Amino acid sequence: MTVQSWGRFPNQPQTTHASSWRNEVAADLSKVVMQHSSTLPFGNGRSYGDSCLAVSNHVLHTRLLNRWINADWQTGLIRAEAGMTLDELIQTSLPKGWFVPVTPGTKYVTLGGALANDVHGKNHHVRGSFGAHITRFGLLRSDRGDLVCSSDDNADLFRASIAGLGLTGIVTWVELQLMPIQSSQMDVVTHRFNNLSEFFALSDEFEPSHEYAVAWIDCTSVGQGVFMAANHAPAGELKLNIRKKISVPVTPPFSLMNRLSLKLLNTAYYRKHPAQRTTRQTNYEPYFYPLDAVLNWNRIYGANGFQQFQCVIPNIVAHDAINEILRVIAQASMGSFLAVLKRCGDFPAAGLLSFPIAGVSLALDFAHNERLPALLQKLDAIVHQAHGRLYPAKDAHMSAAHFQNAYQNWPQLEALRDPVLNSRFWQRVTSN
Amino acid sequence: MKKILIVGATSAIAHATARIWAAQAAEFMLVGRNEVKLRQNADDLIARGASKTQIYVLDISQTEQHAHLLQHTVEQLGMIDIALIAHGTLPDQAACEADAAYALREFTNNGLSVIALLTQLANQFAAQKQGTIAVISSVAGDRGRPSNYLYGSAKAAVNAFCEGLRARLYQSGVHVLTIKPGFVDTPMTQGLDLPQRLVTTPEKVAQNIVNAIQKKRNVIYTPWFWWVIMTIIRAIPTAIFKKLKL
Repeated sequence: MTVQSWGRFPNQPQTTHASSWRNEVAADLSKVVMQHSSTLPFGNGRSYGDSCLAVSNHVLHTRLLNRWINADWQTGLIRAEAGMTLDELIQTSLPKGWFVPVTPGTKYVTLGGALANDVHGKNHHVRGSFGAHITRFGLLRSDRGDLVCSSDDNADLFRASIAGLGLTGIVTWVELQLMPIQSSQMDVVTHRFNNLSEFFALSDEFEPSHEYAVAWIDCTSVGQGVFMAANHAPAGELKLNIRKKISVPVTPPFSLMNRLSLKLLNTAYYRKHPAQRTTRQTNYEPYFYPLDAVLNWNRIYGANGFQQFQCVIPNIVAHDAINEILRVIAQASMGSFLAVLKRCGDFPAAGLLSFPIAGVSLALDFAHNERLPALLQKLDAIVHQAHGRLYPAKDAHMSAAHFQNAYQNWPQLEALRDPVLNSRFWQRVTSN
Repeated sequence: MKKILIVGATSAIAHATARIWAAQAAEFMLVGRNEVKLRQNADDLIARGASKTQIYVLDISQTEQHAHLLQHTVEQLGMIDIALIAHGTLPDQAACEADAAYALREFTNNGLSVIALLTQLANQFAAQKQGTIAVISSVAGDRGRPSNYLYGSAKAAVNAFCEGLRARLYQSGVHVLTIKPGFVDTPMTQGLDLPQRLVTTPEKVAQNIVNAIQKKRNVIYTPWFWWVIMTIIRAIPTAIFKKLKL
């Protein structure tokens, strides 16, 4: 079987070597290394760029390592194998009143992937990143065997593996503190805004009283959007959402996201939300995972794939830098239907190479085409100038110079890298 | 709360099925060759809501141990609501053609061991006058094909045995289900070059098994479209079939 990254760019199909049992991972790893000299762990393929692509194009597929190991439903402290997805976790934990403390915009990431990218969510301003809720994990290294890592044991590897992009060893299991909830419903407040200053004012107003806060912005205008703040409903049913998924069945030869469809979709989405502040209740699934309702949505960008641009800009310059980025994107008439703006909180980084810093994060997709590299180069320059950074989990283009400048701890990760693991991303950003 | 015996509990289809029952608080006796793997699956089922899991380590081709397995299971579970027989191996057909001893070993794994176990299980179920015996067979048992007729003939033996057993136990109120999966993405089929559009997941097969037991179906193809495929394949006259390299 072969797999690709979520953005399907660069087009580098990876041959999978499945590992299905905890007691066999070491043997599976040495087998693939013997045959192909190096490899990389691969979970469920939700990294967008080349951070999930092995230099050897042979990955150790951990998706079938998806068993529970132990779950204390009194305290919410759980241990599960690294290939379990958040979807699988929630299906068991939610009816018992427990939710993941941090979730990215898709529930199809694995625990190992969430750890290795130290993912964040709409509640970063309250709870920090995913790694902050990991208490321990199992790490298999080709040179040191099975290790247990925590802030006390193998502390250097604990910190390096969180946001370590799968390079420090094979994470075999993860122990995580879940978050109690009283209801599977979300109380959501929406409010339209017309410019970035209004976005900042809404963030200031809502963040103190809301667990989740995020905004969608129209990338065809400069700065109009919809702010959404939410809390878990304080009481109600704990019920899983079992709506039927639809799927994009084939990959069209060209991207369905073009200048016209973008303008139409963005305008329609903006108008769909009432101008006044409104409060409504919705199930957790459409709130957290709107795109998961369409399986294989990445195919709409066509055979050439797409890239996501996600940056975070320090607060002090965020307003001007984000405005400038939006202006450049609108001018290029590129960009996507789903552009997301989110203010990250001020927390110490959980991992050596954690992405979030106190500031404002902007994320949006671009169909890959010949005009894109020039646009990304312009955007990268603005981010660099503002002392911001790009997100390795989403990246397929950042320069080694920009990476090394933004993530100055990278030599420490390189020193702790398992010698048999390497990714195309790592090769790209650490070469000079 | 259902009491469930699973033989071949480390198989991907069996475990996916057990996960559905675990969420309904079932109690399990898990049988397989590898204690470490059985333990990993047992822990998984407990976290998912199983009220109790026990493991029993046995190579099921050792048919002389079946009586003890059954006695132990009945002692521990009291009554067996569901017995799911899921063990099996995928023999190398070329090796079967070269080595009769290997061929017979594989026939034992996939056919004789099932028949031996069902013989004893049937008496237990006849005595308790209720419950379901569900046996994972294969579409391969519907017709002997040159690419895997050793496996196919073992499954064909299981199919005919189950058909007779079903009629016998019907009188006692016991339900016998024959399950015929098509291509399933499991460790057993890893490395085979299968037509991807026809390959399904263990989870889908598992849901079909749970539903079929609930509805007391006799024979199921899973996914359902294999019924269409196999009806066509069974209808091909032998004079033509022998010329096809299926």
